Amino acid sequence: MAELLRLEGVHTHIGQYHILQGVDLVVPEGELTMLLGRNGAGKTTTLRTIMGMWRASAGELGLAGTDLRPLATPDIARLGVGYVPENMGVFAALTVRENMLLAARDGAMDESRLEWIFSLFPALKKFWGLPAGNLSGGQKQMLSIARAMIEPRRLILIDEPSKGLAPAIVDALIEAMRELKRTATTILMVEQNFRMAQALGDGVAVMDDGRVVHAGRMAELAADPALQARLLGLSLGAHQ
Amino acid sequence: MLRTLLSEDFPRSRALTAVVLLIVLGLVLAPFVFPGIRSLNTAATICIFIVLVASYDLLLGYTGIVSFAHTMFFGIGAYGVALSLKAFPASWGAVALGAGAGLVLAMGLALVIGLFALRVQAIFFAMVTLAVASAFLILASQLSGLTGGEDGLTYRVPRELSPALKLVSAKVMDVRLDGRIVSYYLIFGSALVLVLGLLRVVNSPFGRVLQAIRENEFRAEAIGYRTAFYRTAATCLSAGAAALAGVLMALWTKYTGPDTTLSLSIMIDILLMVVIGGMGTIYGAVVGATLFVLAKNYLQVLMASAAETTAGVPLLNELVSPDRWLLWLGILFVLSVYFFPTGIVGRLRGRA
Repeated sequence: MAELLRLEGVHTHIGQYHILQGVDLVVPEGELTMLLGRNGAGKTTTLRTIMGMWRASAGELGLAGTDLRPLATPDIARLGVGYVPENMGVFAALTVRENMLLAARDGAMDESRLEWIFSLFPALKKFWGLPAGNLSGGQKQMLSIARAMIEPRRLILIDEPSKGLAPAIVDALIEAMRELKRTATTILMVEQNFRMAQALGDGVAVMDDGRVVHAGRMAELAADPALQARLLGLSLGAHQ
Repeated sequence: MLRTLLSEDFPRSRALTAVVLLIVLGLVLAPFVFPGIRSLNTAATICIFIVLVASYDLLLGYTGIVSFAHTMFFGIGAYGVALSLKAFPASWGAVALGAGAGLVLAMGLALVIGLFALRVQAIFFAMVTLAVASAFLILASQLSGLTGGEDGLTYRVPRELSPALKLVSAKVMDVRLDGRIVSYYLIFGSALVLVLGLLRVVNSPFGRVLQAIRENEFRAEAIGYRTAFYRTAATCLSAGAAALAGVLMALWTKYTGPDTTLSLSIMIDILLMVVIGGMGTIYGAVVGATLFVLAKNYLQVLMASAAETTAGVPLLNELVSPDRWLLWLGILFVLSVYFFPTGIVGRLRGRA
């Protein structure tokens, strides 16, 4: 598989804190790469650095040969990178429809794509004209993911989609993500829920202390309890 | 037809529809239903302030930008026409020149302020606008050779707008159809067009991005919108509309001075009108400006009659004395903000 996103020795400082301390990460095209690791390992900071919301202070950061480091966040988004943040970030006062229109950017939504999204997340169709602030947590998460899906993206970054959601909703989410994977969209997903990671991940990278400490195939990690225990330790046990 | 005019942004509440219709009807018929210079003056002031407040709502309510420079843009429009009519014989050409110059200057200044200050935090932007507006106010009152200083400028308006013009010799409903009436309908028509234009802007894809920025600026950036561009464009549009409101003010009053256009107390009035009416609705500007201007003009009259009827009652009579009208205006504001935190429009829509 060709590589789409490459991070080499990326360092990121937030104020006086040195969060990313040389991240090396390759996201192959058409795959879902899981980014695992305990809290504070730097997973969210990695996504935000890719998105240009934090500036990398050193290292290489490239998307299919384009250097992302000098680009501003909107320009990175326009390269075809969708970002689903941890707190969902729906525009609460705007309707579901308006949220989707904003994500489509040129103001027109592809009908067949919209039908496809509705088939994955029927709740969005039901609450189409309501303010997004009225949705439940799970529905907001679905809207947030749907916003990233309304246009074909080269890369979608998703930060802990299962966070704070009921198990039944996580199952629905896994189903929707499987659908999305069928379109061969490249995805980099941060997740704490190992069940979800196991169900969806093709590749996996595990972070600790601002570095990637393990990179390989998800199936191998899932089949090797000793490796899991060594890499993920407590954080894994707590989520199973 | 109506859908297009209102950009599909209906009042969305029966009560609000009734209130807006009442206001529009009242303003259309004002010269005939409420004859007299004072009431016509109030109606024209309402029209002008509706535009001014609606343009401020574009900034505060839709984009979430706090600016204290709105009266400055209002003043630039007014002074543009005033200076032009002072320098040249009163003609429509002079009005157009002054209005155009004011519009360009206001939007240009907004662009400069936006480019320099919108990248920083909201509180700094508010401070920068306050500083620039104060500097402009001082400049206008000190450059007395040009602006007439504190005294301001008086000038003649084109003949069509002066009371000397008589359209027909007969009276219609006991009202003489003179230039004052023409002038009033010019202001009403312009205000209507400007408000509908603003409604169009906030309901366009552009307006949707502004609301997204207000809700979550980082998120809007992550979707791919250059927020600095949108915020600057909103500031320029809002400044342009404020300048045009200033043009209308200058044409109506035939006088332009620091107190009537630039003063910070007008800025506070605008803030109050937009908050009382309901932020981020445009309709709030219509309701807020109407109530506010009416209260300011007629509360004293109302209280005078109340004082008369309660002449014998000791404490009450003191309280409703016309001299205390500012106290009651203040109490009305406090109550309205307390009971309608989302403004009158927010309240009316919430019930529907």
